[in-house]
Amino acid sequence: MKAPDRYYDFQKDISGCGIFGVIHKGRGMISGEIPIQGMTCMHDRGNGLGGGFAAYGIYPEHADQYAFHMMCDDDNAIEGSEKMLRTYFDMHHFEPIPTRKILAIPKPPKFNRYFVTVPEKPVNEFAELPEEDYIVAVVMKINATIPGAFVVSSGKNMGAFKGVGFPEEIADLFCLDEYEAYIWTGHNRFPTNTPGWWGGAHPFTLLNWSIVHNGEISSYGINRRYLCEHDYLCTMMTDTEVVAYELDMLIRKHGLSWEMAAKCFAPPFWDEIEKMDEKDKELYTTLRATYGPGMLNGPFAILVADNNRLMGLNDRIKLRPLIVAEKDEMVFMSSEESAIRDVCPELDRVWMPKAGEPVIVDLED
Amino acid sequence: MLFQPVNKNYHEFCIIRDKDLCINCKVCVRQCSYEAHYWDESRQKVMHDNTKCIGCHRCEALCPTAALNIVNKPSDFRTNSLWRPVFLQNIYKQADTGGVLLAGMGSPVDIPVYWDSMLLDASQVTNPSIDPLREPMELKTFLGAKPKRVKIVTGKDGKPELKTKLSPQIELDVPIMFAAMSFGAINFNLHRAMARAATETGTVYNTGEGGLHKSLYKYGKNTIVQVASGRFGVHLDYLKAGVGIEIKVGQGAKPGIGGHLPGEKINDQVSETRMIPIGSDAISPAPHHDIYSIEDLLQLIFALKEASEYKAPISVKIAAVHNVAAIASGIARAGADIVTIDGMRGGTGAAPAMIRDNVGIPIELALAQVDQRLRDEGIRNKVSIVAAGGIRCSADVVKAIALGADAVYIGTATLIAVGCTLCGRCYTGKCPWGIATNDPKLSKRQNPDIAAKKLANLIRAWGHEIEEMLGGMGLNSIESLRGNRDKLRGVGISDIELDILGIKHAGR
Ligand code: SF4
Ligand code: SF4
Repeated sequence: MKAPDRYYDFQKDISGCGIFGVIHKGRGMISGEIPIQGMTCMHDRGNGLGGGFAAYGIYPEHADQYAFHMMCDDDNAIEGSEKMLRTYFDMHHFEPIPTRKILAIPKPPKFNRYFVTVPEKPVNEFAELPEEDYIVAVVMKINATIPGAFVVSSGKNMGAFKGVGFPEEIADLFCLDEYEAYIWTGHNRFPTNTPGWWGGAHPFTLLNWSIVHNGEISSYGINRRYLCEHDYLCTMMTDTEVVAYELDMLIRKHGLSWEMAAKCFAPPFWDEIEKMDEKDKELYTTLRATYGPGMLNGPFAILVADNNRLMGLNDRIKLRPLIVAEKDEMVFMSSEESAIRDVCPELDRVWMPKAGEPVIVDLED
Repeated sequence: MLFQPVNKNYHEFCIIRDKDLCINCKVCVRQCSYEAHYWDESRQKVMHDNTKCIGCHRCEALCPTAALNIVNKPSDFRTNSLWRPVFLQNIYKQADTGGVLLAGMGSPVDIPVYWDSMLLDASQVTNPSIDPLREPMELKTFLGAKPKRVKIVTGKDGKPELKTKLSPQIELDVPIMFAAMSFGAINFNLHRAMARAATETGTVYNTGEGGLHKSLYKYGKNTIVQVASGRFGVHLDYLKAGVGIEIKVGQGAKPGIGGHLPGEKINDQVSETRMIPIGSDAISPAPHHDIYSIEDLLQLIFALKEASEYKAPISVKIAAVHNVAAIASGIARAGADIVTIDGMRGGTGAAPAMIRDNVGIPIELALAQVDQRLRDEGIRNKVSIVAAGGIRCSADVVKAIALGADAVYIGTATLIAVGCTLCGRCYTGKCPWGIATNDPKLSKRQNPDIAAKKLANLIRAWGHEIEEMLGGMGLNSIESLRGNRDKLRGVGISDIELDILGIKHAGR
């Protein structure tokens, strides 16, 4: 699409962070206590300006419906977003997201969740879109047109809980200790230049994707322009948005595997490509030449999850920490080993993934 | 003092000879191709005529006792901000000759140099800078059309299998290429030097419009062959000789006009390579006579692709003019794989001074607009962008790439590397540095071995500096800089200029 006027005039998020993820390969339910404890252990990796969690498998009774987690500043925003959701979707159930009153966060925004499906024959401007694009279009429309309303997540059988505060405070606010999920990711944020904004905290989500990210993407300036060419508009002032949109483009739209998408994010060096056999050489040369503008350059460690897997990935020279550990059917990924040891002292295997090598853990279905 | 007509008196330079140091060795007499120094028989000493000096500094450099200094003539015209001296001098000249004012080299006029108004970023704390001496730093660049997406399926062995075929690309180890300067405009020694330096440093040189000397075919892997309106030296083997073919539509120094290589420069070798008779003028018409519109360009692009069996990407080179973005978009849609944009400060062997100094726009603005337009239209992947015209140092290269260029051409800088002093008289054929001349006595002044070494050194030095700047920004690969305008900030320029460049002001 044509870049909007003054698209170059943006403020970028600069931050350091702590991340934690855990997956049970056999879909065993993991209590929220575990990621909360892991994040609490890495308290010092944040500064209280952002924390959050994503959980998969938390809405088994609505597993086929899109779970919209809405954050609203006031009643008008609630009314507006509810109306829009009803216009575009069939609504099956809705309720406030349970929260506790806690001292650390005296005045949180209001949170509701809606379980919706796309009507069989929608009559609106997005009617022609395939289902997933339809969801994305409505999410963008709510975020862009309803003041004070923000879609925190919109995937199936999953949800994100996030806000301004330390992760343990956010967990307390949302009663996350009462949830069970087979994949959890958590994030603790240390922004240095952006004021805390509830929507800007991680995890960042799009459809079923959720992403937590530690790092600063130095290639952000070109990544966002590249995405704009592919009709994704970056509006959130966060690097993580770039990761989400690129995943969506590479995996969902261009049909690449997670491994290949990871190789676009953190491609092998040319001198490594030089040493490959002819087939791989051609593959990676084509991949780099084509997706070069999408490469994530700069320090990062990211965890990406969807309903079926968890992936951890570092930048090409591992400028951010990421450690992986296994215990029985559980796999942990974290910025620090201490956080893993804290929740699970006895581990079967612990390793540092190599720079640029994705660690992908699939559910055993 | 003898009476002299006014145009004689207002020459540009004075030769200062230190009488105590001068040993009358006559080196300056031999070195000055403009005959400004001479042996005075009656006085038995070397004398000089200031009016003949064009300020090339050759004599000064070669004088064994350092007795010579070339300085601007201190005598000034009366201060007048409208009638600046150059206008007076030009009028005197034209009143004498009745001719078009000729000029060589890039325009010296005082239009804004936006390179100087853009500053680069560096990492601090939240993202570490990367040390190119310790970590890999990648400058590898591929020029040519890229697919919009890559199709990969999982093969029977579970391994990824590529289904998308990349069209031919020019592979560069450094995103800096030697610009088109034809054999004839510059001499064979330098063509050979460029070919060798490009081969040594993993980049390419452009033949320019004068064909390719038969002894240089072996450097084909590092050659882009040019096809210009005169079609000099164009034949099937030539088209297949290089890794790319460039259609020259325009040149930044002289948009809208053709070229003229005077017959004096056409010696036997030039004649053979260009396929024209010795001593005949080589005239390139202003337009290609088979391109009167974009659909004609399309046909030429595909004619060349056919001729080269779709093995070489086709570049179309245009001058940066007012509507350059729309033109570049048309070129991309016409099937070109590379668009080369040559800004108005680009060099030339000869151009009418009025055109050189008044037609076109600066490369920075043109580049920014072309890159943005191609992205807005979703066709940026269809072409690579090469920027040319007034790139003076590696920081300019970095800024050009951050604005959106895939690579740059350097022409003037190439010549400076082998000794050019920008005297601006390349059209006379008397280049005292042995560059823009085919006079055997003069061109001998360029030793191809030394010249090749200097050129390779320049590319290497700039390459190192680019790596340094890239690492400082926390990037380890050039593709993450390309089009990354967040790494640029403007200083001292207006909102509208910032908007055209697509960058924020420093401090924001
Ligand atoms: S033209 Fe060049 S060589 Fe001749 S006197 Fe002037 S500076 Fe010296
Ligand atoms: S190439 Fe020669 S004639 Fe042309 S500007 Fe340089 S030194 Fe002068």
